[in-house]
Amino acid sequence: MQDHTIERIQQNPKFQELVRKKSSLSWLLSFVMLAIYYGFILVVAFSPATLGQSLSGGVTTIGIPIGVLIILSAFVITGIYVRRANTEFDQLTREVVEDAKK
Amino acid sequence: MIKSNLQRLSLASLMLASSLPTWAAGAIEGAVEKRHDLNLPAIVMFLIFVAFTLGITYWAARRTKSAKDFYAAGGGISGFQNGLAIAGDYMSAASFLGISAMVFGVGYDGLIYSIGFLVGWPLITFLIAERLRNLGKYTFADVASYRLSQTPVRIFAATGTLVVVALYLIAQMVGAGKLIQVLFGLDYTYAVILVGILMIMYVTFGGMLATTWVQIIKAILLLSGASFMAFMVMKHVGFSFETLFQQAVAVKHAGAEALALKANVAAEAAATAISSNAPNASAAVASAAAASKAAVAAAKANIMAPGGLVSNPIDAISLGMALMFGTAGLPHILMRFFTVSNAKEARKSVFYATGFIGYFYILTFIIGFGAIVLLSGEAGMKFKEVSGALIGGSNMAAIHLSDAVGGDYFLGFISAVAFATILAVVAGLTLSGASAVSHDIYASVIKKGKANEADEIRVSKLTTIALGILAMFLGIAFEQQNIAFMVGLAFSIAASANFPVLIMSMFWKDLTTRGAVTGGFVGLITALTLIILGPSVWVEVLGHEKGSEWFPYKNPTIFSMTLAFITIWLVSVLDTSKQAAEERAKFLPQFIRSMTGIGAEGATDKH
Repeated sequence: MQDHTIERIQQNPKFQELVRKKSSLSWLLSFVMLAIYYGFILVVAFSPATLGQSLSGGVTTIGIPIGVLIILSAFVITGIYVRRANTEFDQLTREVVEDAKK
Repeated sequence: MIKSNLQRLSLASLMLASSLPTWAAGAIEGAVEKRHDLNLPAIVMFLIFVAFTLGITYWAARRTKSAKDFYAAGGGISGFQNGLAIAGDYMSAASFLGISAMVFGVGYDGLIYSIGFLVGWPLITFLIAERLRNLGKYTFADVASYRLSQTPVRIFAATGTLVVVALYLIAQMVGAGKLIQVLFGLDYTYAVILVGILMIMYVTFGGMLATTWVQIIKAILLLSGASFMAFMVMKHVGFSFETLFQQAVAVKHAGAEALALKANVAAEAAATAISSNAPNASAAVASAAAASKAAVAAAKANIMAPGGLVSNPIDAISLGMALMFGTAGLPHILMRFFTVSNAKEARKSVFYATGFIGYFYILTFIIGFGAIVLLSGEAGMKFKEVSGALIGGSNMAAIHLSDAVGGDYFLGFISAVAFATILAVVAGLTLSGASAVSHDIYASVIKKGKANEADEIRVSKLTTIALGILAMFLGIAFEQQNIAFMVGLAFSIAASANFPVLIMSMFWKDLTTRGAVTGGFVGLITALTLIILGPSVWVEVLGHEKGSEWFPYKNPTIFSMTLAFITIWLVSVLDTSKQAAEERAKFLPQFIRSMTGIGAEGATDKH
C-alpha cells in the first residue's frame, strides 16, 4: 500500500466507524465469553456445592443445564458476531475499499 | 486400633480422591491389553476408509502444484467445509474417548473439560480468525513477523510450532498404537508404523487439500456415529435426562456399596490376622487399606457436581486458561484459516466449527452417562474384567457402548472412526510442523524470502517424511511412558508462547522484535520448566517422591502466560532502538490491512 492510500483510509470516516464498531463488538463479546467462563470456573473452584444443588428435587443438578447453557452461549455469541460482521461490517469494509481505489 | 487405622486411611484416601489426574482427558495411556480375536467388521470398515482417503489423496495430488496449494489448499475451501475440517482437526480421539471416559468415571468433571475446550473458539472468532486471514499466507508466523524482523521471529514461531506439534504428535501416536492394539488386535509397533505411513502419504502427496478432506470426512463420520450413540442412550431412558442421571447415580451407588462391603470384609480379615498374630497381618492391613480407600473414594464421588478438578483453585483457573487460550495458539488450527478465500469465510468457518464442536461435547457427555448405565449390571458383564474394570482400560467406555447399543457392526464402525480420527489429527499436525520448517525456516530464514517455490515444496515434503519417521520412533519409544501430561503441556505452551506473541503482534502497536522473541521464549521455557518440576512430570513420570516436586501446581499457565505477556510488554517499552521505532511505524499499515483485507492473499480458483 502507498503511504497516501494509508493516510486516506485512516482519515476516511467510514474506516473510523468500522474500527470503532468492530473493535467494540469484538472486545465486548470477548469480555462476555471470558466473564461467563471464568465465572463458571470460579464457582467450580471455590463453591462446587453450588453447582451440585438439585434442579427441581430430582437427581439432576443445576450444574447440568448451566454447563449446557455455557456451550450454547459460545455458539450463540459467535453467531451474533458473525451475523453483524457479515452484513454491517462487510458493507462498511467494501465501501472503505472502494473509496481507497478512487 | 484397626478402626482408628482405617479412619486414618480413609482420611488419606479422601485426599487421594481429590487429586485425580488433571489431564486424564488428554491422552489414551496406561497399559492396555491386546485384543485376541480379530475385529473383522472394524477392519473392513477401516480398510474402506483408508481406500477412500487414499483415492482422495490421489485426486488432491493432481491438483496440488503450487506452494499455496500445498500449504493452504489453494485458499479455495468454503467456510462450511473449513468449519467441518477445523472440527475434524480439533476433535481428537483423545477428546472423544478421553472425555467420554472421564464422564464415565467421574461424571460432571468431564463437562468442565469440554467447556474449557470449547470456549476458546468464540475468542478466535472475535479477535483472531479474520485478522489472521487478512495478514498471513501459510503459517501464524507470517502474521507474528508481519512488521517485525523476519529471522528471530520466524525462528521463535517455528520453535513454538514444532514443540507444540511434537508433544501433540507423540500423544496421538501412543494413543493410536494402544487403541489399534485393543480394537484391531494389531501389534503396537505395527500400528504406529501404519499410522505414520498413512499420514506421510496423505500429506506429502495430497498436501492441505487431502488433509482437509480427510478431516472433513472424519468429522462427518465421528459426528454421525456419536449422534447415533447418544440417540440410542436417550432412547434407552425414554428420552428423559432425569431418568438417565437417576440410573447413573444408582449404578454408582451400587458400586460404592459393593466396595464398602469388600472393605468391611478386608478389615475383618485384617483384624483377625492381627489378633491371631498371623504372619500375613501387614499384607492384610494393606489390602484392607486399599479396599477402604476405594470404598471411600466411591462413596464420596458425586457424578452430578464438580469433583476432583476442584482440588485446587489455582490449578482450576490455570487449566481453564490453558484450554481457552491454548486453542488460540495451536499452530495446526491457526493454519486452517489460510485455506479459505477471505476474512468472511474465515469467520464463518469458526462459527460452524464452534457449533460442531459444542454439539460433539454435548454428545460425549450423554455417551459417558450412557456408558455408566448401559455397561452396568448383567448386560454390562461382557465388557468388564473380573475385577470390574473395563476391558481394554477406562478409555474404552465409548467403544464398549457402541457395541452395547449397535452390536458388532456398529462397534466396527466406531472403531474405524476412532482410527480415522487419529489419522486426521496427525495429518494436520504434520503438515503444520512441515510448514514451520519449510516456510518459516527454509524459505524465510535461510533463503531470506527468495526461495524457489518448487524447492520450498520439496523441503516441505522431505520434512513431512522426516517428521513422520520421527513420530513413529517417538511413538515406539514412548510406549511405556506416562504421556498423560503431554497434551496438557502442548496447550500450556501454545497459551504461553504462541498466543501472547500472536495477539500482541495484531493488537499492540508498540510491540518490537526484541519484546516478542524474548517474551515468547520466556513463556515457552517457563511453561516447560514448571511442568517438568511440577507433580505431573516430577512425581508421576520421573518417579520422585510425592510432595518432593518443586512447583506445586499441575498446570503452570496462569504463571507462564502472565510472565510472557509482562516480558513482551516490558522488553518492548524498554526497546528504544531505531529498529523498534520502524516496527512501531509499520503498525498502521498492518492494522489497515487486518481490518479491510486490502493486500491480503487471494484464493486460486481451481477447486
